[in-house]
Amino acid sequence: MAQTMTIHFKIWRQSGPDAKGKLVDYTLDNLNEDMSFLEALDVLNETLIHKGEEDPVEFDNDCREGICGSCGVVVGGIAHGPMKATAVCQLHMRHYKDGDTIVVEPFRAEAFPIVKDLVVDRSAFDRIIAAGGYVSVDTGGAPDANSLPVPKNDVDEAFDFATCIGCGACVASCPNASASLFTGAKIAHLAHLPQGQAERKQRVVRMVDQMQAEGFGDCSNHGECEAVCPKQISIAAIAKMRREYLRAVFG
Amino acid sequence: MTLEAHVPSGPLAEKWQHYLDKAKLVNPANKRKHEILVVGTGLAGGSAAASLAELGYRVKVFCIQDSPRRAHSIAAQGGINAAKNYPNDGDTVWRLFYDTVKGGDYRAREANVHRLAAISNQIIDQCVAQGVPFAREYGGLLDNRSFGGAQVSRTFYARGQTGQQLLLGAYQALERQVQAGGVEMFPRREMLELVVVDGAARGVVVRNLVTGELERHAGDAVLLCTGGYGNVYFLSTNAKNSNVTAAWRCHRKGAFFANPCYTQIHPTCIPVSGKYQSKLTLMSESLRNDGRVWVPGAAGDARAPGDIPQTERDYYLERRYPGFGNLVPRDVASRAAKVICDDGFGVGATGQAVYLDFADAIGRLGESRVRERYGNLFEMYERITGENPYRAPMRIYPAVHYTMGGLWVDYRLMSSIPGLFVLGEANFSDHGANRLGASALMQGLADGYFIISSTLGDYIASGGGSGEVRASEAAFDEAANAAEDRIRRMLHVDGTKTVTEFHRELGQIMWDYVGMSRNREGLLHAIDAIADLRADYWENVSVPGRKDALNKNLEFAGRVADFLELGELMARDALHREESCGAHFREEYQTPEGEALRRDDAYAYVAAWESTEDAAEPVLHKEALSFEAVDLSTRSYK
Repeated sequence: MAQTMTIHFKIWRQSGPDAKGKLVDYTLDNLNEDMSFLEALDVLNETLIHKGEEDPVEFDNDCREGICGSCGVVVGGIAHGPMKATAVCQLHMRHYKDGDTIVVEPFRAEAFPIVKDLVVDRSAFDRIIAAGGYVSVDTGGAPDANSLPVPKNDVDEAFDFATCIGCGACVASCPNASASLFTGAKIAHLAHLPQGQAERKQRVVRMVDQMQAEGFGDCSNHGECEAVCPKQISIAAIAKMRREYLRAVFG
Repeated sequence: MTLEAHVPSGPLAEKWQHYLDKAKLVNPANKRKHEILVVGTGLAGGSAAASLAELGYRVKVFCIQDSPRRAHSIAAQGGINAAKNYPNDGDTVWRLFYDTVKGGDYRAREANVHRLAAISNQIIDQCVAQGVPFAREYGGLLDNRSFGGAQVSRTFYARGQTGQQLLLGAYQALERQVQAGGVEMFPRREMLELVVVDGAARGVVVRNLVTGELERHAGDAVLLCTGGYGNVYFLSTNAKNSNVTAAWRCHRKGAFFANPCYTQIHPTCIPVSGKYQSKLTLMSESLRNDGRVWVPGAAGDARAPGDIPQTERDYYLERRYPGFGNLVPRDVASRAAKVICDDGFGVGATGQAVYLDFADAIGRLGESRVRERYGNLFEMYERITGENPYRAPMRIYPAVHYTMGGLWVDYRLMSSIPGLFVLGEANFSDHGANRLGASALMQGLADGYFIISSTLGDYIASGGGSGEVRASEAAFDEAANAAEDRIRRMLHVDGTKTVTEFHRELGQIMWDYVGMSRNREGLLHAIDAIADLRADYWENVSVPGRKDALNKNLEFAGRVADFLELGELMARDALHREESCGAHFREEYQTPEGEALRRDDAYAYVAAWESTEDAAEPVLHKEALSFEAVDLSTRSYK
């Protein structure tokens, strides 16, 4: 049986978008190392419901397999917590020691307003995709899938950018709250494929314009986004976005 | 009421074409006069909403997540089937159809399955055109791999993230329509009631999960694309928010629920590690291409796997099923794992696990090739268990994964309520009693991209959804009041047990008695135990917080209340079906070798249940399954 752990949490509580928030202390003495971090928060919430004094902590989560992008909190000052290439739903308590204190805060950015506690509104990401993050093909009429060979290296490279889960950690970790890694990843995915060529120029211009309109900051090459990305998307995506933008505007 | 499946006449292979030839069309200028409500944004809902908006319909789309991109289709790992025959290994549309019917243990509607197989190739074409980065060979052409229940390689894949890439394709197509004005998107909305006017589905009541407001939306047809109900077991590979509520509310409004007991228990999942566990994680079936399943040859052998010599291992799937080996269908592999663990041969701390071993594959291909094929799955395994599967075999055990049952639909995907169409996992139609791997993505996209556009058009052009309906009508008041009343009741019980505690208890009953192996006595017990638990729920549940704010406990409270009704229906369905077929294994009906014993003379039908006031007395309707093109034979993978 796994060893029992005591953990002290400091968790951001905020009742609504305009309410004042604060860090609140909670101590749990019945955790163990096989639990995931979100399961530890589950235990906290069950405890709070039984006590009946305050509402449970709200946090977004769904697949708990690191692929849906729903979860995302800042743990100990790092978006998604200390484990590299790991969304917070796959962070496990075995990486903490008995008696540790863990500070948990929402993803903070002007373009991600807080909904409640650790839940933020990331709908700006949908609007960036809506601005042009697709290939405009209607259903039906597509040619045979093998009619256009795509070099394996191209598709592998496109894939590395296509794995983005839209969690927003890149924004939360960036000193400028820039969405460049998210936006650049979709631009780079489609720019690497022949299917993305027809709309290549208008796509990058529209998506970059939308990103700016949403209130995200500019990229100034800190590289924090790449460090926290649970899918390890390279900041080469941002360089690609810039080249594509220049090519579209001046090319 | 008789169940009319509306299967077109003519030879099997020509039925869909025949339907398309005869389906009524809606004039392009008239399409924009029709409002279609789509609930759910997974592969089925996302693709349907995008396709219908492209055609000119006005589409409103609802999803419970903060973004349509997060629907649980995103977590599908292994791949999507199509009968392209690119590998030149003899695949045909007929073979894909046949494998799927056989894989479903002859409990699916033949005509639907053939249509699915026939459409499969178009899906791949469409997704490639969207920029989905499927795996390719060095020559630039698409790669395929093998999945269970087939002897050809017909599975297209995108690393271990095929669902993600296909869903993002559908999501992007959907967002394109949002931008174009054809789709109005409503995220963080949960459907709580269907609105039926003059016998037809004409609207929905949804709860705005941020403000708590109950919103009313009227339309000319409702498309339910809300996925499966595996979370009735509490522990499953489903996402935490996956639930049956939208489908169950439609059932209570008159939509028949078909084959609820057909539940897929997936053989390769990471075993349960503790009682706080919130969900289970799948390890893709694709791993069985190269991984070999074994247990120690002697019960209770506690040696480390590496210390057990080859001669003292039992590769029991290869031994029992030499024809298909490790690639037998999921129901067969799961049951074999359960039997061998129940007999004391299981491994790990709980004895509820078997090994999935890659040592041979690593020896044959080298670690880098194995990493290329399965790298992200191996990493996920290590992240969760803290063990390195390149060094020691994975430990796996079956877990609830998919539900073949769902709302009954006819050939047109229309439920027993006119104007309510049900797509993807939420319907019952294509997988019979067991779904083959890489078929769920195929079905969701076939329904959404290629089937609903014609069948919905035919419904509208035939006068369905005509006449204006206003959200102020009495039927909307009634539905909104019912939803409001349930919310108020849940918040006012003020008991001592949490929603999660009730959900765990329900899940344990379901797993123990309505799980991989069922018998009459256990099912009778389950029916009583669930009814008792349901009564207790409404006396003792504790739901914190308010209704007019974000309150996830309140959301879950409503879902668990519906699971407590569904669970009983599943047990009743399993009890009434006195045969074993696919994933439904009744201990009383097995061959001397322990294989499923089907009873075609008595049970070759779809069981479609009609809801009544009394949960103990649902009414059974039967849709006879007739097989014109295939012979009903005993499924064998030996």
